[in-house]
Amino acid sequence: MTAESTTSLPGQLAGGAGAARWIGQRMPRREDPRLITGRGRYVDDYQEPGTLHATFVRSSVARGRITALDTSAALAAPGVVAVLTAAEVNSPDHQLWYNMTGPGRTPGRVLADGDVRYVGEPVALVVAENRYLAEDAAELVELEIDPLPPVIDMQEAVRTSERVHHELDSNIAAALPKMEIPGLAERFAGAAHVVTETFRQHRYLCVPMETRGIVAQWDPWTEQLDLVLSGQGVHEPRFFYARLLGIPEDSVRARMGDVGGSFGQKMFPMREEHAIVLAARAVGDRPVKWIEDRVENLVSGGHAREETLTVEVAVDGEGVLLAARAHHLENVGAYPVPGNGQNGATSAVIFPGPYRWDGPGSVAYSGEAIYTNTCGHCAYRGPWMMETVGREQMMDVVARQLGIDPLEIRRRNVISRDHLPFTTPTTLVYETVSPAETLEQAAELIGYEQFRRDQEAARAEGRLLGIGLSLYVEPQFGFGILGTEAATIRVEPSGKVNAYMSTGSHGQSVETTMAQIIADEMGVAISDIRIIQGDSQATPYGAGTGGSRTGPIAGGVAHEAAQAIRERVTAVAGRLLEASPADIEMTDSVATVKGDPDGPRVTLAEIAAAAYLNTDALGPDLEPGLEVSKRYKAPGLMFSNACHAVTVEVDRVTGQVKILRYVVSEDCGNMINPMIVEGQIAGGIAQAIGGVFYENMIYDADGNPLTTTFLDYLLPTAAEIPDFEYGHVVTPSNTPGGYKGLGEGGAIASPPALLNAVRDALAPLDITLTEQALSPDKILTLIESANGSR
Amino acid sequence: MPELPVQELSGRPSGGLKAGAEVEVELTVNGRSRRARVEARKTLADTLREDLHLTGTHIGCEHGVCGACTVLVDGAAVRSCLMFAVQAAGTEVTTVEGLAPDAASLSPVQRAFREHHGLQCGFCTPGFVVSATAFLAENPRPTEEEIRAGLSGNLCRCTGYQGIVRAVRAAAGELAAASPDSNSHHGGGHDSNGKESA
Repeated sequence: MTAESTTSLPGQLAGGAGAARWIGQRMPRREDPRLITGRGRYVDDYQEPGTLHATFVRSSVARGRITALDTSAALAAPGVVAVLTAAEVNSPDHQLWYNMTGPGRTPGRVLADGDVRYVGEPVALVVAENRYLAEDAAELVELEIDPLPPVIDMQEAVRTSERVHHELDSNIAAALPKMEIPGLAERFAGAAHVVTETFRQHRYLCVPMETRGIVAQWDPWTEQLDLVLSGQGVHEPRFFYARLLGIPEDSVRARMGDVGGSFGQKMFPMREEHAIVLAARAVGDRPVKWIEDRVENLVSGGHAREETLTVEVAVDGEGVLLAARAHHLENVGAYPVPGNGQNGATSAVIFPGPYRWDGPGSVAYSGEAIYTNTCGHCAYRGPWMMETVGREQMMDVVARQLGIDPLEIRRRNVISRDHLPFTTPTTLVYETVSPAETLEQAAELIGYEQFRRDQEAARAEGRLLGIGLSLYVEPQFGFGILGTEAATIRVEPSGKVNAYMSTGSHGQSVETTMAQIIADEMGVAISDIRIIQGDSQATPYGAGTGGSRTGPIAGGVAHEAAQAIRERVTAVAGRLLEASPADIEMTDSVATVKGDPDGPRVTLAEIAAAAYLNTDALGPDLEPGLEVSKRYKAPGLMFSNACHAVTVEVDRVTGQVKILRYVVSEDCGNMINPMIVEGQIAGGIAQAIGGVFYENMIYDADGNPLTTTFLDYLLPTAAEIPDFEYGHVVTPSNTPGGYKGLGEGGAIASPPALLNAVRDALAPLDITLTEQALSPDKILTLIESANGSR
Repeated sequence: MPELPVQELSGRPSGGLKAGAEVEVELTVNGRSRRARVEARKTLADTLREDLHLTGTHIGCEHGVCGACTVLVDGAAVRSCLMFAVQAAGTEVTTVEGLAPDAASLSPVQRAFREHHGLQCGFCTPGFVVSATAFLAENPRPTEEEIRAGLSGNLCRCTGYQGIVRAVRAAAGELAAASPDSNSHHGGGHDSNGKESA
């Protein structure tokens, strides 16, 4: 059952203009009625007459030369409109870079050309009257590949002379060099203890329940490209495809309907979508649809994680952290998206996390991203999170080595609000975080001390109980392309409020939360508000929904735009009510004069009618109409934080791990809708429970993926996920409304919390745990190795 | 190309029928008699979506694991991606669209999903709503364990199942309260709702 506890720390509360009526409420979502009745509209639900359907022919070999590729039989098959290969589709002039990364020189191509570099690489595509006929014809494409030795393991990739990309000098996609920080060696030399461990994280997949998909139509008469996407925003694809086709970006109209999840996978359009756009251009005048099937999604839809972090820490005799060196290796596959796929550069900055360390120069971080003949890396919820996975496990390893309790060692190092503003060793400045407060709240909610007593009693009976903690500080990036979102709010002549936003909701409840903000800041009835997003011709430019930025940045601009339009509304209302605009109060779309709630009133519909239809009554100093556009520039970095605490029991006989309780104490500033906050956290934890215990994308030594269906790649079900409990610490941010992002954190802190709990449970057996995934057989192997060593 | 068991399971012509050979299928969907001319190999899911324009039934895996395509066939929950439309000839099919004619007349399960935040992206939701409806029709007073087992044939990637389990608990309570001896209650809310909507 859910227990809740809320601690508010000093700071301003939400709601500038009016009383907070909607912000902070557990309001049911405005998206739900259409979605629970089957009336949502996802990309595959767009069924324009005349739509053609595409399917891909893919490589079954991890690395090799294409020795034969004959499409003539496929082209002659019933219902086939086109069969396209690199010869028809690829061009040396193609620009395959994203607004996010800028022009780059990383390897990229639309279809495999001359050789193949991973299993699942698209080699040809068939366009036909329906999907069944397209798949029939795809089987008639004759493809022969002469295999070459593949590079699969990233450690081996660094040593071998084989190249994933023969045009490159090495298999290293990107490197963060080891830097000699002055004095760091001395810090280690002088420390009471130095502890080193390497933590491995396997290959995780995003697995949105809706696979990728696109409908593309080229209109040769207007020379316009019309796209319906399953994505996280419309503007990045609009720019990408304008560059790909060499047309102005306003000749691309990109739209999104409902989107069935993404978790990072759909943030950037990938090569299959590129191929469909080029096919649509080649076919001309008919929509071309591609809906990825689940096997394609698992094998070639973009993979994540698969990395190691070697952490070396220096501590004093009391367990106080003095210095760290960390080295991060990432397997980014053959064609990561975007850019070189490296997350280590972000991890490096975030690594110090919730702890004080010992000032500038006390933390060094290096790493390499490595190409292999496997499916390329894509973003996945908290892409940089290996820093937390490594750091939080290291805290427990150090604690055990020094004989200090994991809660106590965190207390000795954690940043509390008394330390703010705090500058980390990597020069991040925390102003509104509360790691110590969430640590204490989580420890209290889970009953830490009582659990330790229960654990002791259980151990005496031979049972293996464990508790795991994990603390993190979650960044929201507000620099570069990620630094701005925009909103246009228009009060229509009817008095209805349309807000055009740059977001790209794919499950984040944006239509609900943004309406809550606008309702409060404008003083209008929430039922009068409609949030419009996902149409590049209607909505302002923005990076879309991702990176936990919607709360602070989209929320920030919703807040500012609502306040600006409110000023316009109260100016007209003041004219109509013969009062000063400053004395106008707006509540539920009705304007009254302050101090006279039962006096004269005018509705928003009447105000709007005057603004649009009776413009002479406005006088010379009021602009007709009611519309404002605002663009908000966020601070370069914003932070939320949380502590996860979990208790488990490991079954010695079956190797099964049972989660007893899972508690999260988090601080995302002012909560727009606590129900949605908790939903975001829960989704992330469930993905981690899946990742740590069930999900594991496996390749064999030849680069064949072995987990190609849901029978092999195991997602957790309702039977595996326990009820979660939440505590909320509220430290408002300094951004408009005081909101912080929290969309990724649930998936960041949870793997190390779970791993620490298992580590703690197995502690009596003196087991070294450094790897995931912890399937029951893996746990049994660990237990048996401990038995064997005695 | 890689082995694609999805197509093996769902897209092959069966027996001696030639690809492209079409058959006339007549079935009752959400209380209305419907007719479609489809290839014999066409799945019920594709037929509902493409020929009958009922796009609420979603396709998430095409190999019978995720449950997004769950519909009721003669009252029983069925994966419509694993069934050919021709196999559904003569049956009564209820899709998610048949559970509520409009947003103001949600079924108890649908209402509970909204009240308890049982969905985020909403893609898996029609399958969960239909599965839960069938499950509660069969077992109106489920234990916690039974709820979790009953939902374990459907996958959700957004919610961590928190709101879904809460919603089904709540709907079970409501349905049990509404019909005190609901053990004999056959067909569940879906049928009666579907018929009301027709």
